[in-house]
Amino acid sequence: MTSPRVSAYLAPRRRLQLAGLLTAPVLWLGLVYVVALAALLVTAFWTVNELTGQVQIEWTTENVVEVLTEALYRTVTLRTLGIAVLVTVLDVLVAVPVAFFMAKIAGPRLRHLLVIAILAPLWASYLVKVYSWRALLSADGVIHWVLAPFGLDTPGYGIVGIVLTLSYLWLPYVIMPIYAGFDRVPDRLLEASADLGARGWSTLRSVVLPMIWPAVIAGSIFAFSLSLGDYITAGIVGGTTQMLGNLVYTNVGAANNLPLAAAISLIPIAIILVYLAAVRRTGALRSL
Amino acid sequence: MSKSPSYAALKAGLAAAAIASLAACGTSSSSGGSEAASSLGATEGSVSILAWPGYVEDGSNDPSVDWVSGFEDATGCSVTAKTYGTSDEAYQLMQSGGYDVVAASGDLTLRLIAADLVAPVNTDLLDNYAGIFDFLKNKDWNSVDGVSYGVPHGYGANLLMYSTDAVTPAPTSWDVVFDKASDYAGKVTAYDSPIYIADAAVYLMAHQPDLGITNPYALDQDQFDAAVALLKDQKANVGEYWSDYLKEIQAFESGDSVVGTTWQVIQNSITTGNTDVVLPEEGATGWSDTWMIASDATSPNCAYKWLDYIASPEVNAAATAYFGEAPSSQAACDFRDDCEAYHAGDADYASKIWYWTTPVSECLDGRTDVECVDYSEWTKAWQEIKG
Repeated sequence: MTSPRVSAYLAPRRRLQLAGLLTAPVLWLGLVYVVALAALLVTAFWTVNELTGQVQIEWTTENVVEVLTEALYRTVTLRTLGIAVLVTVLDVLVAVPVAFFMAKIAGPRLRHLLVIAILAPLWASYLVKVYSWRALLSADGVIHWVLAPFGLDTPGYGIVGIVLTLSYLWLPYVIMPIYAGFDRVPDRLLEASADLGARGWSTLRSVVLPMIWPAVIAGSIFAFSLSLGDYITAGIVGGTTQMLGNLVYTNVGAANNLPLAAAISLIPIAIILVYLAAVRRTGALRSL
Repeated sequence: MSKSPSYAALKAGLAAAAIASLAACGTSSSSGGSEAASSLGATEGSVSILAWPGYVEDGSNDPSVDWVSGFEDATGCSVTAKTYGTSDEAYQLMQSGGYDVVAASGDLTLRLIAADLVAPVNTDLLDNYAGIFDFLKNKDWNSVDGVSYGVPHGYGANLLMYSTDAVTPAPTSWDVVFDKASDYAGKVTAYDSPIYIADAAVYLMAHQPDLGITNPYALDQDQFDAAVALLKDQKANVGEYWSDYLKEIQAFESGDSVVGTTWQVIQNSITTGNTDVVLPEEGATGWSDTWMIASDATSPNCAYKWLDYIASPEVNAAATAYFGEAPSSQAACDFRDDCEAYHAGDADYASKIWYWTTPVSECLDGRTDVECVDYSEWTKAWQEIKG
């Protein structure tokens, strides 16, 4: 039989065993992820043929210089960053009370129902959800209809629409880690804090918040990084608003300038790296 | 046992894989021009088509609008179709490959030919080619040095659409989206493509004659800057730009957009009946489309069959009537009752529409003392206009 022979052959050869075990996952991670990213970064230093739009391997820093110096990219970067920060803050503000209620107040039945309710939207397609927000925000949509009696109107398509839609989309990703964080805070700590005379607010500030802080940061990574790279939402409910992702998209789709698109995509990568480096200090990455 | 040798081997393997895949991706060199077919063989059983919305209808959008089934029954070639919203999108899709046939406008055709993405077409193999209007054959945008690269399909103008309840009186000029756009602030829409800069140039041709624009696709730096400035002013009043025609249909139906550029097919698709279209007095940009065959087509015989089928008078009449454009042959008018409205066959009228053309640095209007702004600059400017 072959299989005992294979085993006998492999037994003393530890390195071969290791190679057999790791080849598939390393190829996957290496080829599909690292190489794709490396190819993207390298492309930023190439150029295109003006007429045919085909990529030519001629090394140049022109694209990166253009991205760093032109006002358009600065404006759009600041706008995108602002939207991402706003979405993150909104999501955390909504998620903390919801997660607290789920972990500490709701009974087991209600808790399960809430978890299902929060995760259920993840089953629906991203596009369906964004298009339903397009309908909601429309001039004759539900938001207009609800606000009209109060003399208000729908914010329409624009930055407000983008922030609302993205906050809605990423909320489950923020609630779940914070919920897990609250779950790890033992009830007896809250009781001990109360026994020692602390009121609700100081218990929250000095006991609960330091314990759930890494979870909040973990949730914010999702909301922040997903918002930073989004372009479909901006295209559907953003009106004329451009985000960094839209510039990448137009440069790939309309302008046919892959190197410039790659150079633009370096901006969100740089922002996320800075953000992750800052986050690492809080220890939040361990609780992801 | 030490860990480091296997780790080093792993790193080396990764690096080798990285280099191999980098070398394999991203670039391609264009080979010499491909040859047109000299005869037709057996059909392959399927054909993949890339076209504007409304060009390849199989009844799934409207059960009464179906000319694909007839083709499939007659030739045994099953059709898969994909639609696109801008010529730039189509160019990108053609580069990625996988399509046998493409319906391309004049701002796309030359780019496809230059990149060797489409092959010359032997029109002798097409029974219906002879009947096509002569003023559409062997034009700048569908042939190179007398070699035909495709079959004309139809032509028409980019119209001005307005909501009949919000825009009164009915507009007759593009000024409702330019100088008077602030009356409809936040409800103006525009086509999301660099080629839309030509629409601003058409407007300036009539309203700022001292700029001396004679062809909206041949703009020198001053003329170009004026058009861009006009569009930057317009942007303050634009609610959203559209390239997905379904998005524009929905925006006009809901009232989010009330005035802006459109295609006849969009007007035909709107079910709420609160819109109308007009060809403004300044004239308009437009398109003249060509069916082309990909140079790497896997089903060239089915592709030829499609080109012949779509050029046949009855089918061409159905397809161009549905899209809202003039057909490519006089015989097609026997199957349509609105040829008059589209001025089909009127070579003089057809010459008044500014057909989409790719702007190049050598001025298309014949000027040699200045250099014109080329399409890559148009693209860049369009991003800046949108900000």
